[in-house]
Amino acid sequence: MTYIRSKFRHPGLPKNELGYTTQEYEGAISTLCAGCGHDSISGSIIQACYELSIAPHRIAKLSGIGCSSKTPTYFLGNSHGFNSVHGRMPSVATGANMANRDLVYMGVSGDGDTASIGMGQFVHVIRRNLNMVYIVMNNGCYGLTKGQDSATADEGSKSKKGVANPFQPIDLAGLALELGATFVAQSFSGDKEQLIPLIKAAIDHPGFAFINVISPCVTFNNNPGSTKSYDYVREHMEATGTTDFVPEKREITTSYEKGSGTDIQMHDGTYIRLEKLAATRDPFDRLGAINALQNSRNHNEILTGLLYVEPKTSDLHEIIQTSDRPLNSLRQDELCPGTLALADINQDYR
Amino acid sequence: MKPTDEKNPEYFHKVVDCQYACPAHTPVPEYIRLVAAGKYTEAYMINWESNVFPGILGRTCDRPCEPACRRGRIEEEPVAICRLKRVAADNKHDVRSLMPRVPFEKNGKRIALIGGGPASLTVARDLAPLGYEIHLYDEQDAGGGMMRTQIPSFRLPLEVLNEEVDYVLDMGIHTQFKTYVSSLQEILDKNYDVVFVGTGAPRGRDLVIPGRKEGAVNIHIGVDWLTSVAFEHTNKIGKKVIVLGGGNTAMDCCRTSRRLGGEEVKVVVRSPFKEMKASPWEKEDALHEDILIMDNHVPKKFVIENGRLIGMTFDKVHPVINEKGKRELVPTGEPEVFIEADDVLVAIGLENSFPWIEKETGIEFDNWGMPVVDAVTFQSSNPKVFFGGDAAFGPKNVITAVAHGHQAAISINLYCEEKTLTERPAPFTNLVSQKMGIHEWSYDSDVVNDLRFAVPHADKKASLSDRKMEVELGFDIQTAIKEAHRCLNCDVQTVFEKDKCIECDACMDICPTACITFTMNGDEEDLRTRLKAPSLNLSQDLYISGTLPTSRVMVKDEDVCLHCGLCAERCPTSAWDMQQFLYKVTKAC
Repeated sequence: MTYIRSKFRHPGLPKNELGYTTQEYEGAISTLCAGCGHDSISGSIIQACYELSIAPHRIAKLSGIGCSSKTPTYFLGNSHGFNSVHGRMPSVATGANMANRDLVYMGVSGDGDTASIGMGQFVHVIRRNLNMVYIVMNNGCYGLTKGQDSATADEGSKSKKGVANPFQPIDLAGLALELGATFVAQSFSGDKEQLIPLIKAAIDHPGFAFINVISPCVTFNNNPGSTKSYDYVREHMEATGTTDFVPEKREITTSYEKGSGTDIQMHDGTYIRLEKLAATRDPFDRLGAINALQNSRNHNEILTGLLYVEPKTSDLHEIIQTSDRPLNSLRQDELCPGTLALADINQDYR
Repeated sequence: MKPTDEKNPEYFHKVVDCQYACPAHTPVPEYIRLVAAGKYTEAYMINWESNVFPGILGRTCDRPCEPACRRGRIEEEPVAICRLKRVAADNKHDVRSLMPRVPFEKNGKRIALIGGGPASLTVARDLAPLGYEIHLYDEQDAGGGMMRTQIPSFRLPLEVLNEEVDYVLDMGIHTQFKTYVSSLQEILDKNYDVVFVGTGAPRGRDLVIPGRKEGAVNIHIGVDWLTSVAFEHTNKIGKKVIVLGGGNTAMDCCRTSRRLGGEEVKVVVRSPFKEMKASPWEKEDALHEDILIMDNHVPKKFVIENGRLIGMTFDKVHPVINEKGKRELVPTGEPEVFIEADDVLVAIGLENSFPWIEKETGIEFDNWGMPVVDAVTFQSSNPKVFFGGDAAFGPKNVITAVAHGHQAAISINLYCEEKTLTERPAPFTNLVSQKMGIHEWSYDSDVVNDLRFAVPHADKKASLSDRKMEVELGFDIQTAIKEAHRCLNCDVQTVFEKDKCIECDACMDICPTACITFTMNGDEEDLRTRLKAPSLNLSQDLYISGTLPTSRVMVKDEDVCLHCGLCAERCPTSAWDMQQFLYKVTKAC
């Protein structure tokens, strides 16, 4: 066989509030290399959307070009999708979001698509605080063109050929913090327990939510000396704390030990729960987050978990005061009030 | 939990549900693959080595494999394993040349087999090629035992029966048919080295209620009646027939009655329809032949008028669960029911009977009148006498008798070689990788979605008018191949090598049925609550790896694994591999 996945599923799969199993959130079978970290992230996205009981048709997934940007085919097969031009996913997402603010926007990008060709788009979408999830599947190399170092490859990290990278890396999480992103997290494809709650929280976040996910390239960047290999990341991971996303309804039935964690109330009454949070860490402190990130880098550690969140934030629609109703649902007579209304407006200037 | 010990042959054997459930442990997926490949002769021989009567069993087996089939837990129905066996038997070429040769020079040991049924024939099949001189005694005029006397020809044609019985008898067995053994001592006195008793459960239970004596002419014991039909001593029955009992014998009785002139045939049974002992497919076939099955009726008396049976009366009952949680049949209080009948067939169970075994033979009997027989060696309290089949532990089925025969043959061989009987030979096992390329396996790993195919039946009118016409026609080859593809190849095992795993989760993400989880270890009860999908089938094992670098373990719930090989295909380091596991019960020969 080649690339055939049976339609049979476990007969006892649990159902979410909509009556769907994870099967309704799956996509086509992956054509990425066996063991690719991106497939794990796809799995986490499927699980997060299933757990949040989001109707698949309420999600739009957007991507650019690259291994990472192929993944939307492999998850959420029943959702809307747009595979756009290299590095231009934020523009397409902005346009879509402007037209219909009611959907959940799931942007997927890679280190090349974001940190190289798409850097200009990336910084501006942060600046505008567009309400979307922006996941970077970061493997530090150009896997689709046989593994050249990318802009996020760490200085000194060795490629498969054994050549060390001479350039400074772009730290996407640091950059996002610097530019004022209102939700910044960092994670690892091989740690679903951390990644799934982060994706859930990011979906719930009312503004731009950025997750930089280290996702090893098994074929070109999983060698000794690479700083984006499974082994290296596992050895050098340092978590800010254990994150859990608690929908409001569930909180009533779950009893948590008091004082063991910090609850962050989100705009809609749901919570992000941070457990075992280091005493020195404050998730609302942007400066502290930047410092912690830099300190970890100095110690050759990769800081993961939720780095910064601004729970009550204003997204692009609020900033530019668009109508509450999605623009694409407005009829022509609502959009164009006619000559009488124009006359009224003109009257004001007389 | 401790890591799974893959070296224990029983672990992977248990994953092959069908083979594990089969008393003879026939390698089912192996022969189904051969059927799919058109290699019917090879498929037949795999069966023959394991169960001696593939053509017979392919039509009449009780099929313990099918309820066990993994496919039945994934979709509606299991693979038609039994009928695929028949396809192998129906389409094979000459197989005699493939069977073991019997040496001309004997080894000097003489063995007597009492009873010519499946258990005795299996012992003969295993021991004759080793040079034993074998004498078989049976009261009927041909071999086969209950396969000949109790299974009607419309389910098992005589040619099929004779062919497979003859494969064994032609191994130079000295047959003494029409010889009822009335004394075990007499046989022992003939100085056999070993005597094997495979006399089955020959006596049908009688129903002693008022009117039994007066109506005796028209009241028959089911198995005796079937025997008499098989040997053509009986060729007709009244128009109105009542069959008492709810087992497979009752089904054979009622369907045979329909062929001998019974027009209104009713099966009347005490228990509710659902709880009847007959196999579901036998009940279906009976209903298809316009036989009425009346459940919840307890026989009260035979009604005699002018010295002739005219019918029976019954009390109506209904099942109630009592305080002890047991099902009880309680009278409904409705007036008794009268059912007209010209003839009544009593098929309410079988009994063992050993009036021919004398006390001085040294064979002990338990309180239920059954011989004391070792469950592993099949030796009785007289070390020279072995038992097998229904004679050993009461009425079961053909495939169980065959399994007994194989084990008894091992014991007899060990006994004759003066070795310890409890040191049994280990099973033959083999585990071979099926990898041919990145996405290529040497087995057909694609899982088809087809539902079970139905076996075509002969025209009802024609088959009811001819007692010997086989009702089931068997799969045609095209359908057989499609049905064979429904097999999940459960013998191709998912084998995990912990040291190669980089914990990328690829297997966990791709597995269609969510069998694989990477999590912290715990005891079984706890682990089962933490798996990716609910793990409720406790009869299925968890496959556990040693501790991985992240201090987690790999846990695979074997329950609904499709054996599709995707875990191994998506594994970048070949930590998973698909390896075919062959398990064969070691035989005396």
